[in-house]
Amino acid sequence: MTTALTRREALTAGFGTVLLPATLSAQPAQKPAEFKIGVTTFLSGPASVFGVPSRKACEMLVEHINAAGGIAGVPVRPIFVDEGPGTDHLVGEFRRLVQSEGVQVMMSAISSGSCLACTPLATELKKVTILWDCGTQRIFEEAHYDYAFRTQGYGTSEILAPLLYLLKTKPNIRTVAVINQDYAWGRDSWELWKAGMDALKPGVRVVAEMFPRFGSTDFSTEITRLLALRPDVVLSTSWGGELVTLIRQSTERRLHERTTFVLPVAEASMQILGRTMPEGHVIGTRGDHWNNHPAPKDPALFNKFVGDYRQKFNEYPIYPCHHIAQALWALKAATEKAVAAKNGAWPSDAELAGAFRGLTFPTPTSTITLREDGQGLEDQIVGLSSFNDRFPFAVPKEMMLYPGAQVSAPVGQKSTDWLKSLKPDFVTTAGRSI
Amino acid sequence: MSTTQDPPRDPMARPARLMKRYEPILAILLAAAMITAAILAPWLRFVLTIALAKGIAVLGILLLLRAGQVSFGHAIYIAFGAYVVAFLAPTVNDAALLLALAAVGAGLLGLVIGAFVTRYRQIFFGMLNLAMSMVFYSLLEKLYAITKGSDGIRVEIMPIAGQALDRVAYEWVIFGIALGIALVVAILLRLYLSSPMGEALAGIKTRETRLEFMGVPARGVLLSAYVMSAVVGGIGGALIALTSRHVTPQLAYWTSSGELVFIAILGGAGGVLGPFLGAATYELVRIYAAASFADAWQMILGAVLLLVILFAPGGLWGMAARAIGGRGR
Repeated sequence: MTTALTRREALTAGFGTVLLPATLSAQPAQKPAEFKIGVTTFLSGPASVFGVPSRKACEMLVEHINAAGGIAGVPVRPIFVDEGPGTDHLVGEFRRLVQSEGVQVMMSAISSGSCLACTPLATELKKVTILWDCGTQRIFEEAHYDYAFRTQGYGTSEILAPLLYLLKTKPNIRTVAVINQDYAWGRDSWELWKAGMDALKPGVRVVAEMFPRFGSTDFSTEITRLLALRPDVVLSTSWGGELVTLIRQSTERRLHERTTFVLPVAEASMQILGRTMPEGHVIGTRGDHWNNHPAPKDPALFNKFVGDYRQKFNEYPIYPCHHIAQALWALKAATEKAVAAKNGAWPSDAELAGAFRGLTFPTPTSTITLREDGQGLEDQIVGLSSFNDRFPFAVPKEMMLYPGAQVSAPVGQKSTDWLKSLKPDFVTTAGRSI
Repeated sequence: MSTTQDPPRDPMARPARLMKRYEPILAILLAAAMITAAILAPWLRFVLTIALAKGIAVLGILLLLRAGQVSFGHAIYIAFGAYVVAFLAPTVNDAALLLALAAVGAGLLGLVIGAFVTRYRQIFFGMLNLAMSMVFYSLLEKLYAITKGSDGIRVEIMPIAGQALDRVAYEWVIFGIALGIALVVAILLRLYLSSPMGEALAGIKTRETRLEFMGVPARGVLLSAYVMSAVVGGIGGALIALTSRHVTPQLAYWTSSGELVFIAILGGAGGVLGPFLGAATYELVRIYAAASFADAWQMILGAVLLLVILFAPGGLWGMAARAIGGRGR
């Protein structure tokens, strides 16, 4: 690591050195020698299944960006912080990165709890903060932020797209059961699903709402109940090791043969499941970046990103890798826009934030627009799990693409209120097959 | 059994007595160092406020340690205090008042829980406390509609004692309040520990039956210490909520309780300064470890604790005691 030396110097020098960077933000913006970005991600705990690959992707992409001359001519240096120890630690680290390390942009976070805790700090410390992976709809619906932007979709679109897909492909479902992790995302996603389902197809009966403990390793009770109830559909927004365990234990007992699973966060677990993933179930990826995307906007760039990642780490990138990449591409686009607006001079924090608002930036698969409230509009692709000879794991087939703007609640409206206002014919008009 | 095992003289007795004399000076030095650090580095102000809050809470652990009891569930009072702030902030909207409410609330909760956990000793005491805190944790997660589950509740900047403040002033005042409370609580507990009630705690550790023969109700002694530890836990929790300004159920999780015991061991149970030494060291080691080795900070923290246990069983406080008066030992 080439960056270790400067960090160690700063640390050994102790408290004294932190004086200098702390005053930096007050000075007029000068073109910095390096573009420091603070990245919070899970390096420990169960969510490190997302955090570690995303860090690898970030490091790889930063290498590429720096090899091509950096962002607006300035080399980028990411500083990673572990989200694992919890909120207290993270908000402390956020302050340290901004006030002591002098990072110019924060990229936070995987957990919705972390995002909710960090985003207000963005306003208080007047530092541009990119919400790069968290999904909670509460962020931009409960408050207004001048310095925070989410460069990807969010819970509402990531739940609504699989719901629309399900209702379109299986219009005759009558019963649904849910088995989600017992924490905020599990509860929120179910609330969104329920609101949308009741509006789009009134009369579907919910036969079981199960919220096993976060971190469960045994779902036999839940599976027994589902086998007895025989619901047409089982929804699970679980992720990581729990989703893998749930699928394995369900397939062993052939639950998948009599019910359709809807798994909006499935993509990240497909490589681990490999051939054990049953075919014909609805799977989502929190976006449009499937490895078998049939028509990415920039196939060369997409294949390069996937190929480089595979070559370097001997595995396919999962969705958090794409999300952190989106954050970096957005940062690049916004910074270059702000620098161009100042005729080559380096923008201040406020000017950089201004460049983010309304920004449309390219991704390998499509483009993402950041709305006036800061929310990104990311397309959603949903399909049925299937196998082909290109991948040793399940990928979607019969895919439908839902444009981000179509499946996101309009600015200023609460997601649940908006979902409740949807009409059943939306199922047939929304999205297009690709 | 104990008669044959009685050590002739506690080797730490002389340093300990000396330390008693130096304690106020050390306290002032520590406070001065914290203030200097907080002035020099704004981000350290946040870290040190959290450290002070945890130190205050660990004082409660120290009380129970005096009685030979380890609570593996004291995070329940921290979380309770924090959630009192989070829930009442919109209606009460005054940090000073909320601190008082959190202290009283945690004290009442401590009285209820203490009423039966003080019937037990040793591992049973520790485990029952752990069970209580995990029940509380599960409630915070399960009652999603009320607590917003693991996403937590945000606490906005609020007036303090009727004074509306901007962010920087607010953070300074909370830091000052934490420091002030730390000093006051430390002095009060020091007085308490040298009072008959406090000395009786040590009696519970060595021979509880003797206490009863002397006419001292052991359960009453332990219960009063338990309630006090709950009160300081509640204060610590409220300060954490006012500082980090985002409250999540994580505060009640068993790892948070473990953290408190960790700090108590790190700091040493010899004197009331121990918890603050421990908390400041813990937070700083964690921050610096996380800064230098983002994915191995747990190992460093663990190594520090192992080194302390192996080479300084009295914790940092014991190390300081040996440095000051241990030459003749």
